Amino acid sequence: MGGRKKTLMGMAALMLLTAPTGAQSWAADGPGTVELGSLANHYSAVTFDHAMHVGVATSCADCHHHTTGLAPTDPNCVRCHKAGAQAQSVSCKDCHSDKRFSPEDLEKTGGNPQLYHKGKLGLKGAYHQKCLGCHTTMGGPTGCQDCHARNDQGDAFFHSGKYAPAPKASGGHGGGH
Amino acid sequence: MKKLHRRSFLKGGLAGGAAIAAVGTSKHAEAAGSFGGYPDSMGVLVDLTKCVGCRTCEAACNKEQGLPAPDKSFDDPSVFEEKREGGLPRRTTEKAYTVVQKYDVPGREHPLFRKVQCNHCNEPACLTSCFVNAYKKTPEGAVMYDHTVCVGCRTCMVACPFYIPAYSYSSAINPVVKKCIMCYDTRLKFGKPPACVEACPQEVMTFGKRKDLLKMAHQRISDKPGAYVDHVYGETEVGGTAWMYLSDVPFDKIGYDTHLGDQPIISYVKEFLTIVPMVLTIWPALFTGFHLLSNRKEALKNEDTKS
Repeated sequence: MGGRKKTLMGMAALMLLTAPTGAQSWAADGPGTVELGSLANHYSAVTFDHAMHVGVATSCADCHHHTTGLAPTDPNCVRCHKAGAQAQSVSCKDCHSDKRFSPEDLEKTGGNPQLYHKGKLGLKGAYHQKCLGCHTTMGGPTGCQDCHARNDQGDAFFHSGKYAPAPKASGGHGGGH
Repeated sequence: MKKLHRRSFLKGGLAGGAAIAAVGTSKHAEAAGSFGGYPDSMGVLVDLTKCVGCRTCEAACNKEQGLPAPDKSFDDPSVFEEKREGGLPRRTTEKAYTVVQKYDVPGREHPLFRKVQCNHCNEPACLTSCFVNAYKKTPEGAVMYDHTVCVGCRTCMVACPFYIPAYSYSSAINPVVKKCIMCYDTRLKFGKPPACVEACPQEVMTFGKRKDLLKMAHQRISDKPGAYVDHVYGETEVGGTAWMYLSDVPFDKIGYDTHLGDQPIISYVKEFLTIVPMVLTIWPALFTGFHLLSNRKEALKNEDTKS
């Protein structure tokens, strides 16, 4: 029962949070664009222009580590992962969990003494650290809404837009204290 | 003669007290071993090098804890320039259990952002200072506060080495202490991470067993030589805290108190406090005895002279 429920939930999460295949258009060596919708509760999905980034990156390994079969760019990773075969999946979401820190995730990572990559980022963290890290050095957009516009629910969450608090009357101490 | 007697009595009493104190000290230095925290308690490792100051954690905290609407939007960066008395950055309040502070560090390309909230000490000073036991450290790691027994003395606020507990001064009828509870009620006790951790887009915070996080922290430091200062803040400070920090800037440059020592705050007063009951129980009996003895002598002498 628990297993089936988990599978169902996982499928629902996949459908909700990850790229529907229809939204991907494939170029010769990868998708042209990818819809990234893991923050759909507060932001509209990001339409990631993969083809453009392929042109900007020096190597697929810049983002895909060792999974495309190329040698990783981080010398720390090369210690174990040398250039080799392509991994079964090169998709971010297949390695980086969208359920980071859930009890199941903690059991899988913390409870496994054989696992080296205990601190492997969740999907959201992986996207943001990778995107923002590179955008900062390359001069790409770094504002939250430069990549994904905030929706109404997001505005409410941030108490912004039409949910912004009324500006406080200047001269302070009159009332309300 | 009588005066001299009393003085020597007092002197003797003081010497005796000091002797008891000395004995107590040596005995309790061994007995006062630290609690050291629950073995499987959870914690959060905060990597300050990753924070971009988006304040999503603040918004998540506000929503999860049902806190009142903020004075300014959570996407308003002007709060970083707000200063309280003494030019210090903003701190936690009854309306905000966590706040992000901004530090412009000379020589660092970008400002450093620091998230502040309760560190959930292994042996919390707020807990040990509270004389009505309003605080509790749960095995999961959260430091909880029970407003129903609180008498409002606010000793916890004075005792906290991190200046975390805030007081709802705005409430005239039932003011209580307000602070981060690591989302214990709604999340932690179900094995889920605090709301701020889950909301952070950069995964600045890593949630897990404290002992695992410590290993991870040291691995991160050794994996990237030069990327971090070689210290995990909170590993030993005041006996260890559930929330721990990694930084690329020395901690004393970004508002962390690096002189707290590695002993829980209670250790500094434990020895003194063990003497208090002794003084309060032995001294009154002792001096009453002396008083009765000398009075009896006096009375006998008076009777002798009368007869």
